[in-house]
Amino acid sequence: MINKLLIIIGIIGMLLILLPILVNFQSPTNLSALAEEYVRGSVNDLKSPNVVTSVVVTYRGLDTLGEVTVLFLATLGVGFLLENKKNKSTQRTVSENIRTTSSFLVSLIMVLGIYIFTHGHLSPGGGFQGGVVIASGFLLLILSDLDFKISHAILRFVESISGLVYVLIGLIGLVLTIGFLNPAILPLGKYGDLFSAGAIPLIYSLIGLKVGSELTNIIATMGSDRSSESVVKEER
Amino acid sequence: MIETLILGFILLLIGLYAMLSQKNIIKIILGFSIADTGVHIIIVSLGYLKGRRAPILDSAVDIANSVKEVVDPIPSALVLTAIVIGLATTALMLVFAAELHKRKASFSIDDYKELKW
Amino acid sequence: MNSLIIIGLGVIMIAAAIFTIYQKSIVSAIISAGVISLLASVIYLILGSPDVAMTEASIGSALTTVVFLYALNRMRKEKKDDK
Repeated sequence: MINKLLIIIGIIGMLLILLPILVNFQSPTNLSALAEEYVRGSVNDLKSPNVVTSVVVTYRGLDTLGEVTVLFLATLGVGFLLENKKNKSTQRTVSENIRTTSSFLVSLIMVLGIYIFTHGHLSPGGGFQGGVVIASGFLLLILSDLDFKISHAILRFVESISGLVYVLIGLIGLVLTIGFLNPAILPLGKYGDLFSAGAIPLIYSLIGLKVGSELTNIIATMGSDRSSESVVKEER
Repeated sequence: MIETLILGFILLLIGLYAMLSQKNIIKIILGFSIADTGVHIIIVSLGYLKGRRAPILDSAVDIANSVKEVVDPIPSALVLTAIVIGLATTALMLVFAAELHKRKASFSIDDYKELKW
Repeated sequence: MNSLIIIGLGVIMIAAAIFTIYQKSIVSAIISAGVISLLASVIYLILGSPDVAMTEASIGSALTTVVFLYALNRMRKEKKDDK
């Protein structure tokens, strides 16, 4: 009884917090001064058509570095808490459809992921989306091929190397141009080209590799030793 | 846009209610996930400007006048990172739930009373 | 026109959220929470942020559902081992 009362009080309190936002809401008609500065700077200073990418990679690059660190810590926690028993031989069978389809779909999914994070400054998408697409490609591989085991050493290597190079690019920017993660350390190039916008495609590709390997690690850790032991027990 | 703002508020409240009222651990984490989606919709709809296009300045946009043609890019950039972090924290929460489940083999939160005061 | 689409999507999303709370089967609840994320990505597209829409469609509806199902599978397996 008292529980229900407290729940109702909590919901009403949240409603009272949210109500002023709703009552005072009026559709803005102009961008704020900061957003205008970002839109202009993305065209003139960075030569990157996708403004969201320039905000994520350059103007708020330090936030993104912190965000990638949080992702790394969460992956560490998942791997630390789930101790992995050794995989015994799995008795699960995979249907013919999944095996045939995945053998040619996986390569296409990987190419799509790489396309998304290398074209992050030109079209919607970028490192985070590309990394997730690559992780889902690995998921399909895990589901379809029973003998497929991802080497955690390779995943850790890719993840730590891309994180290290990411920080190094930031430090090079600090030395050369007095700006941490400033993409102007590479030539800016022509507006709208693939190799343009300085170091933005490089940084976003590194973020893509890092996010992809971390999410693959989470999925592989959580999905490992799935239903294998119960099958073994039933056989005895 | 006011409709999406209201939708985000409703989803946030439903998620909060699920977190407070449900006994099943997985349902509580699902409630967190719903509330997360609601907050993201609220933030994105605060940055929307009526009749404008996405902040990608390709040849379809008049670049000299781009400030008057695109929506606010900052909320999009913030929500982009928030979604990825949301997945990682959800996975961490689920692993904690699995560890709890290993102790007593029960999904109900009422069975874990060691820390109750 | 856009507001009509958003109201339709919103009704489905709220219905899916309530279904998630009151559904007895946990697997159905997880799938319907994935539906909420999938429809949210359409709303982001209408709101003019395709980057967020791509992220939500791939993470919210695909990977989150998979992570939930994997965790549920782990828990059920332990339950079976105890018996």
